[in-house]
Amino acid sequence: MTRNDPGLADSKDLAAVGSNSVESRAGGGGPGSGDRLAGGGGGAADRWFSAATVATAAGAVLTFAALVALLAAYAAPAMGRFGVGFLTTTTWDPVFERFGAAHLIYGTLVTSAVALLIATPLGVGAALFVAEYAPRWLGDPVSFVVELLAVVPSIIYGLWGFFVLAPAMRYTVEPALQRSAGQVPVLGALFAGPILGRDLLVGGVILAVMILPTVMAITREVFRAVPDTQREGMVALGATKWEVVRNAVLPYAQGGIAGAAGLGLARALGETMAVTMVVGNSSSAISASLFTPGYTMASAIANQFTEADKEIYFSAIVEVALALLLVSTLVNLLARVLVWRFVRSVGVDVAV
Amino acid sequence: MTKRCGRAPALGATLLALGLLAAAACGPARTPTGGASTSQSSQGAQPTAGEARALTGAGATFPAVLYSKWFDEYDKAAGVQVNYQAIGSGGGIKSISDETVDFGASDAPLTDEQLKDAKGGALLHIPMTLGSVVVTYNLPGYNGSLKLTADTLAGIYLGEITRWNDPRLVADNAALAPVDKSIAVVHRSDGSGTTAIFTDYLSAVSPAWRQRVGTSTSVNWPVGLGGKGNEGVAGEVKQNDYSLGYVELIYALQNKLGVAQLKNRAGQFVEPSVASTTAAAAGVAETIPDDLRVSIVDAAGDDAYPIAGFTYQLVYQNMTDRAKAAALAKLLWWEIHEGQQYCADLGYAPLPAAIVQKAEAKIEAITGDGLPALGAS
Amino acid sequence: MAVGAGAAGAAVARRRLSAAAPGERRRRIVNAAATGLIAAAAALSSLVLVLILGYVAWQGLPALNLPFFTERPRPYGEVGGGVAPAILGTLIMLLVAALLSVPLGIGTAIYLAEFGRGAFARLVRLVVDLLAGLPSIVVGVFVWALLVRHVVGQYSGLAGAVALAIIMVPIMTRSVEEILRLVPDALRESALALGVPRWRTILGVVLPTARVGVITGVALSLARAGGETAPLLLTALGNQFFSFNLLGPMAALPVQIYTYAVSPYDDWHTKAWGSALILVLVVGCLSLAARAVTGRARW
Repeated sequence: MTRNDPGLADSKDLAAVGSNSVESRAGGGGPGSGDRLAGGGGGAADRWFSAATVATAAGAVLTFAALVALLAAYAAPAMGRFGVGFLTTTTWDPVFERFGAAHLIYGTLVTSAVALLIATPLGVGAALFVAEYAPRWLGDPVSFVVELLAVVPSIIYGLWGFFVLAPAMRYTVEPALQRSAGQVPVLGALFAGPILGRDLLVGGVILAVMILPTVMAITREVFRAVPDTQREGMVALGATKWEVVRNAVLPYAQGGIAGAAGLGLARALGETMAVTMVVGNSSSAISASLFTPGYTMASAIANQFTEADKEIYFSAIVEVALALLLVSTLVNLLARVLVWRFVRSVGVDVAV
Repeated sequence: MTKRCGRAPALGATLLALGLLAAAACGPARTPTGGASTSQSSQGAQPTAGEARALTGAGATFPAVLYSKWFDEYDKAAGVQVNYQAIGSGGGIKSISDETVDFGASDAPLTDEQLKDAKGGALLHIPMTLGSVVVTYNLPGYNGSLKLTADTLAGIYLGEITRWNDPRLVADNAALAPVDKSIAVVHRSDGSGTTAIFTDYLSAVSPAWRQRVGTSTSVNWPVGLGGKGNEGVAGEVKQNDYSLGYVELIYALQNKLGVAQLKNRAGQFVEPSVASTTAAAAGVAETIPDDLRVSIVDAAGDDAYPIAGFTYQLVYQNMTDRAKAAALAKLLWWEIHEGQQYCADLGYAPLPAAIVQKAEAKIEAITGDGLPALGAS
Repeated sequence: MAVGAGAAGAAVARRRLSAAAPGERRRRIVNAAATGLIAAAAALSSLVLVLILGYVAWQGLPALNLPFFTERPRPYGEVGGGVAPAILGTLIMLLVAALLSVPLGIGTAIYLAEFGRGAFARLVRLVVDLLAGLPSIVVGVFVWALLVRHVVGQYSGLAGAVALAIIMVPIMTRSVEEILRLVPDALRESALALGVPRWRTILGVVLPTARVGVITGVALSLARAGGETAPLLLTALGNQFFSFNLLGPMAALPVQIYTYAVSPYDDWHTKAWGSALILVLVVGCLSLAARAVTGRARW
């Protein structure tokens, strides 16, 4: 994330005229970093200071490395005992010491998928509204209000989900879904079974609310970054507003939208409290129905970490944590690459 | 809203100042605090010299209602603050095993393997009280008390009986015939001694359960939703119509939830109560092993409630910190003597006298830094 | 062409619809439908926040009385008491977390903005991004293994504060680095030209110029950390008594909300909403103030 510093041209001359201890200059523009500004008379103190900042930066790297190492160390016994089967078996049995995390992974995937399916259209739609349709006096408040959603702590979503959303889903929405879409041949399997109000669907919906601001804000920036020339070309051809959006803006912004969705996904993967209060916390076998109570990786860890009273049980939980770490890191990286590629293609800064 | 909030640092400083003022107003750890309704004068007893002022315990939610009352009273009686966090028996076992708390609490006695893994050496089980695991339910408009047998209960939790008007349920409860709804089964999502007692009972009475699921603080439930802690299960049952779960008696009573009668080994339908819980422990003093780990489910006797159990506090026999050991020993002594007066009001059964004697012997064996902890000051 | 076609465009389109050729009519209908859907998406998205916050305020206000802020909890099932230890614990842990994370966060930001070149700087930036995206439960597991299990040996407020600090550092680093980059080089070079050593330039010229942005970064990371629950469940545990002891268990507001919410007691539910209201107000104010200062949202 770089910025062009307008003052740079002047300051180069200034620096040349000034102290002779200005050392090698970095080539080209680029804002105020780099050792070309090193110098001034405080030699030893400067070195100490610079070393101190390097130390803090190294501290961040060390923390991350230590985190991965420690998790791997605690997870090793389970990794050794269960191998790859850990990711594919669904038995989570502390009594007979058989641990397989497949249903946790499934729950995580399903809730995240539901969240994305709901939040992406809503977020892209809202972003379009703010960036393309609404005048400033309307778009700014809407944008502000949606971004405020990101500020609310997740436990509060959990609270609201537990007392408001879950009962609404249980007594109104889910029965309606079962009566309508539940009757359709293949699709109906998604909405089958007893309705308890604590299931993967409710988990997905609460996640959707939580990732909506992320998706909206980034997509809005992506749309703003699309050059006007694209739009103007379409308008000159007599296109309607929607046609401009659909043919000029959206295709151009595809990568950016995917990146925004990816970042939303990364956030959804790590959410613990809100999900654990509505998802059902049940280790039952994987079922096609969205109405089954389930578990996500994060909520399983939160529920069982403090009480995994056998060594192998504890190791299995830490292995789940390790898996969660890896998956969310990968998704994060992928999403950032997508957004970065979009930024490069457009040539303008998109704040992420 | 921005204008009202002003500058972030000023706001932060103000909040911090307010917080600290509030804390100062309420007094630091030593004086008894809180509770507007206390009738006693505010100068409580002080801990004796050489005794720790604060202790931390974690574990079972089964006795948590009793413990929270106990520690509130103990603060006034002895000036020692016992911070108890109800994270489930599994959490209690793990915490004391890892030595991250001063004492653990569990309804499930440790297995031999867990005892070996305990990092502080020999771990003692001190029984505190007796409680009953009741089947609680939420049936709108249902009058009277549900009657369940070992077979129907196991059937529900195995997922074989899924609707309230199943013929097997209707056989004992004619009023269920028109209730054509599915049963929302609730179990524990965390490692639980209540679960251990409950599954112990189901394993004892149902071969199918013993084979498929087994007994433990945490099992692979065939059906149902998970609630965190006894409170969580009670909360789920309270919130969801047509649901059923298992909790310690007081949680069902305090929340005015239905409590089922269970058929005991003698063939009688028994209601859970202090009396029937005490009956379940009749004669256990003769057969209880030396380390006091015992199961009293499916007890004999006409009046015995079939799902009852002791709940224990777990402490190391040989501790290094003398002050902590002294405080702990004193606390344990108070709990099995003065503490027992609070049990019955909250639906727990007081310890039989013979058990109290055995517990006393265990407490006297606790040492702190080589010296006996009890009576040390 | 005006971007804000919106309502005006729809009206014009309607008038023109009747006069249009068949193909054009279809296009205009599609356009109107799309506009409607998009506006609906925006309306729904805005409405959600209002609904949630409104509900929190409605349920939480009845809980806010003096005992709520000053007393500790009553035993299970008894009505009354308050959440004062949790409020205090949250403030203490946030303070300690800030003390730990501010030097680290600002130091790393200074490194990236002022000194960083080459592979190591790229690595640092990558790691900061990865740390920012970590699920907070994983941070909790790490700090438990490090501090609760070993160094301190028990659940502690310190472990909770460290977990919060780890969460705060990447947010602060990113905010502050961006702000530092905005400080024009001219300022730095003028100072250097006058013979001010590099380190004093940074501490005495660059940082003060950027001070508002730096405070904003701190405020934002505090807002985020203040709402964290999962890592505290594993590290600070909780405490129903007032405690200033960092080496022992400490209560925290988000954890208290969770415990009370899943319980069956109505009084506790009301207190959970009240605590949620306070949390939202504090976190909201911090974030809003930060946002107003920088003019855009950061998280």
